[in-house]
This record gives sequence, C-alpha cells and structure tokens, in this order.
Amino acid sequence: MQKVGRYGEFGGQYVPETLMSAVHELERAYESYSKDPEFVSELERLYRDYANRPSPLYYAKRMTGDLGGAKIYLKREDLNHTGAHKINNVLGQILLAQRMGKKRIIAETGAGQHGVATATAAAMFGMKCEVFMGVKDMERQSLNVYRMELLGAKVTGVESGTGTLKDAVNEAMRDWATHVEDTYYLIGSTMGPHPYPMMVRDFQKVIGKEIRGQLSECEGRLPDCVVACVGGGSNAMGAFYEFIPERGVRLVGAEAAGRGVDTALHAATVTKGSAGIFHGMKSLFLQNDEGQIMPVYSISAGLDYPGIGPEHAELAASGRAQYVPVTDEEAVCAFEYLSKTEGIIPAIESAHAVAAAMRIAPEMGRDQILVINLSGRGDKDVASIAKYRGVKLNEQD
Amino acid sequence: MNRIDRKFAQLKEKGEKALIPFVTAGDPNLETTEKLVLAMFSAGADLMEIGVPFSDPVAEGPVIQRASSRALNSGTTLIKIFALVKKLRKKTDEPILLMLYLNSIFRFGKERFFGLCSANGVDGVIVPDMPFEERDEILGTAEKYGVISISMVAPTSHERIAMIASSAKGFLYCVSSTGVTGTRNRFTTDFDAFFGAIHRAAKVPCAVGFGISDPEQAERMASYCDGVIVGSALVKIVEREGANSVIPAADFVKSLCGAVKGVKSES
Repeated sequence: MQKVGRYGEFGGQYVPETLMSAVHELERAYESYSKDPEFVSELERLYRDYANRPSPLYYAKRMTGDLGGAKIYLKREDLNHTGAHKINNVLGQILLAQRMGKKRIIAETGAGQHGVATATAAAMFGMKCEVFMGVKDMERQSLNVYRMELLGAKVTGVESGTGTLKDAVNEAMRDWATHVEDTYYLIGSTMGPHPYPMMVRDFQKVIGKEIRGQLSECEGRLPDCVVACVGGGSNAMGAFYEFIPERGVRLVGAEAAGRGVDTALHAATVTKGSAGIFHGMKSLFLQNDEGQIMPVYSISAGLDYPGIGPEHAELAASGRAQYVPVTDEEAVCAFEYLSKTEGIIPAIESAHAVAAAMRIAPEMGRDQILVINLSGRGDKDVASIAKYRGVKLNEQD
Repeated sequence: MNRIDRKFAQLKEKGEKALIPFVTAGDPNLETTEKLVLAMFSAGADLMEIGVPFSDPVAEGPVIQRASSRALNSGTTLIKIFALVKKLRKKTDEPILLMLYLNSIFRFGKERFFGLCSANGVDGVIVPDMPFEERDEILGTAEKYGVISISMVAPTSHERIAMIASSAKGFLYCVSSTGVTGTRNRFTTDFDAFFGAIHRAAKVPCAVGFGISDPEQAERMASYCDGVIVGSALVKIVEREGANSVIPAADFVKSLCGAVKGVKSES
C-alpha cells in the first residue's frame, strides 16, 4: 500500500525532530479543515472576491493561426490578484494558519512572486509576515522587495550559500525550527515535507478544474495537451492534476535550461537531476556524486531551484508527464512572441511554457487543443528582458 | 560490543558523565581535524562527533554552516573522511560518530556507506534530518554493518518521546531547545519535564546537545543526563585559530570535562 504523503518512491517527511510535531499538527489541521464546509466556502469567497477567480480561458487566435497546428488556449492565471497563480495557494494556507491560531507567517521567495502574494494575504488577514529571500535575488528583484515592504512584510536577506531560492528555503526552515510554536511556514510550491506537496497541489488544482469546465463549455471536450512551466512545480501540478486520470491528455512541463543543459548553468532538474533527499522530501535534485546540492541558474528567478516537487518526480518516472528543457534564449523569444502576437506580456517563467508549446503545437492537428497555463504576468520581467537584449532603460532619475 | 555501548558502560561504572565534542571534518583541513580529534581525546573527551560537510545544512546555525563551507572549499569528501577515521583508528580506540545529512548517505549508497563505516571504524551516525518515521531509510543497513543510528528527541517531541526513546540504541540525543545549532543566551525549555519524560522511556544513556557553550552550562546540563555534546563553541575556536586551534580546543575540552565528569544526577 502506498504510504500517505508518498508518490511512488518520492515524497515523505524528512525534517529534524524539532519540526515533526509541527508537520503532524499541520497534517491534522489540513485533514480536518479541507473537509469543513465553512472553511471551503470561505476559501471560495476569497478566490472569487479577492483573487479574481475564475481566471479566463482565452482562445489565442493569432498564435494558433501563426503556428498552424493545434488550437491554443491560454489559462490566464496572470490576471489573478498579485499577478500570478501563487495567490491560490497563499489564500488557502493563510486561512488554515489563521484557523490553527498561528500569529506569524514566514515564507521563502525566489523571484518575489510568492513573497508578494504572502505579504498581500498577511496584510489582508492582519498577520505578521517575514519573507526570506536570497541576497542575489533581492538585487535582481528589488521592485518586489519594495512591494513586500509596502505590504507591511519584513524582508530578510539570506547571504548563506548561493544567496538564492534554495538558501531562502534553508533559512525559512531554520526560522521555523526556532519559532515553531507560534509560526506558520507558508511554503510556496509543491515541495517540502508532507503535507505541503499535497496541500499546495490541492489549493492549486482549481486551475485544472476550471480549464476542464471552461473548455467543456466552449469546445465540449477535453484538451489534448496541457503545458506549464516547472520550478518547484505548483502551477504545473495545479494545471495537470485534474487531467492525470485522463490518459488521452498529454501533460508537458517546461523546465529552465538556462544557457543549455550541457552547460553548468541551468535548472533542468528532471533532465539532468538524480534522486535525493533534501528540503524535507525525497525527489529529484541537481547534485554532485557526494550529494552536495549544485548551484543552479536560469534567467527566471522563479524557476531557479535545484529540485522539483515529489509528485512531478513520480509523474516523470511513470512517464505520465514529460518534462522538456527550455533555454533562456527560447524563453525570451517566447516572451517577445506572445507580447507581439496576443498583446499579453507573460512572466518569464510562463514564457518557458509558451516556448515549449510553440514547439509542440505545430506538430499537432488543427482539430486538437493545447492549453498553456499562463501562470503569471511579465511586468516584473520587462527590465531584465531589456537588459538581456542590451536595451538601456532610463527609469531612474 | 560496539565502542559506544562499551564507553557508556565504563562511564557508568566510574560514575562519570560523558563529554562529546563535535568538529566539522576538513575545517580548515583534514590534517587539522586529525590532530584536533586526537588532542580532544587526550584532553578527556569520551566520544567524538565528526561532522560531514553539506552544502545546505538546514539544522545548523551560522557557525557550523560556515565550517561546512570551509570544509567543502578545502575539498573534503566522504571518501577522505573515511580515510581520516582509518588513520585515527591506528591511534585511538575511542568511539567515533559521523554527523551527516541523509542525502550524503542516500547519494553515496547506503550499502557502500555503512560498509565503509564498518571497515574504517565509524561506530555510529547522527542524521539530523531523518526523523523516527523515516528511520527505515538506513536502519536495516546500519544494523547489518554493526553501526548505530542515533535517535533524537526535542522539546517539541512531547508524546513522541516515549516512542523514540524506548527504541533508541547507543545513546539518545536530546536536543536542548528549539532552533538550530549554536550558542544561546538562555534556555526556555522546561528541563525537568523534558528529561522526566525521557528517563521514563529511555533504555540507553542520554546526552544533551544544541547551544551548550561553556563549562557552567555544561555542568548544569550534565545534571539532567549522562553526557553533554558541545559543537558550535568548539567550531568557533577552529574558525578563529585555524590550523593553530589544536591546543586552545584541547584546553577548552579539558575545562568542559572538568565541569561535566563528576556531576551527580538529579534524582
């Protein structure tokens, strides 16, 4: 029998003993509140009135015509409050934290999207919030740092290790172990010890549910292919989960190949990683022969993580989903392509999914349907794309 | 009989408490680690805990994090650490444990890892990110090679204490307080309640660690259990003195032993 919190050989609860009571408390609380009608209807209200759900499913007519293959739909998670899918999970977990009587919220952030979503929800709930962020990411995403502070959160820079997302997770786990009695750790992706990967997926699965309903209304059928970008994997799990039992629906995750998977500068965990145990879970990681976690790179700070959620590791192992690498260059081209073709500037993370779809769609029939999960909007990335293209912006006086 | 069990049996006979120092292997280099371990045993240490450096030590505070990076930068690997223990075994028969993260064992291969523990004289392992429920990850293989996997309890363990303590082997590692390794100004744990629950369930000796940084604290903590583990305070000396840390570290261990050895248990 499959153990709870396991996805094949992956998953589990590998945390120091100090945190075991806390993860068990969380497991019990989630088990009980996820079945509580009052909790569920409150979350639905927040999704609708605060986050702007349901998000539209938009038929990308010009892109479809241009690529000449499958009909392309975009799931517009970029239109959610705070500009990405991250808010879905944050609202679920913060409501849970409030019900559990926790007074303080901590979170890790890479690009800053999860940090902003957490700071937003903490402000709305009147809770204290501290966000851990690698010092390198703080430099790259200074606007989001200011945004979190504007929302009343304390942003703590993490200098240890590589000063990026994995180090922010390390520091958040250390803080959690220190303040475990009154603090709730709001993990931003389908990763970490059980129940986080399951819980985050459950709070994100609304994406796939809506896709099914919306597509059934306009096309009267299921999609043939769903494409999403994968860092830790929360928007992809949210988009895929509904369709896992539908064997006819192809599931494709786009992972960050940075400068290329044959260089040292990438974050393509499924393509180049191996099984390991880190950040509370058994999953796939980019690591050396001694199990030291490797530095990773991507133009996208949101995909710049050396691991992947355990359920994705299992979907990859079983072959139910495919994971394809997408380089910085391909992602930037897709970023520009979607902007010019559909008038939608995608997050550079989501642009990885767009790039993968641009390869797949032309090989599909015109009677087939491909859905891209457009997980976030790209305003935050405009400056770094300009820099990538060598364009000088003059925003600051 | 495993060296750990034998050591605690001898200490019990003498009515003494154990002093267990921790150093990170390869900080600043493996030659210094070898000298440090031997000097600390000469200074009165009873067991040694040798840290295997990891890129992302989530249970450690800043002092041991920095030691870990220094050790990785000096090229420390598991194979080299096994070679170090082999060398140490020519000069000492005292118990040696490795403190390491589960990924180091998992990626190295548990058969190969515990085979090399056994061949080179490692008596036990402490794996801070492997809780009781995930112990099967290594337990069978460790036992097959006669290596003891040390169990841990924390002040947040509450009703878990009985389950963990009753099946512990070698000794039970009692985490003094919530948080990561490193010195603390004060402890807020209710030690009478914590150690009361531990002593009701444990069938093996108990040693306390995390945040114990001077002889006064060590003396106080020794009254609750059978041994005291001191890490960050020693690693700070290594950080400051580098290759010249052998004598000051041994002096510090001597002062800790003086404080700990003769302490009577509170009954």
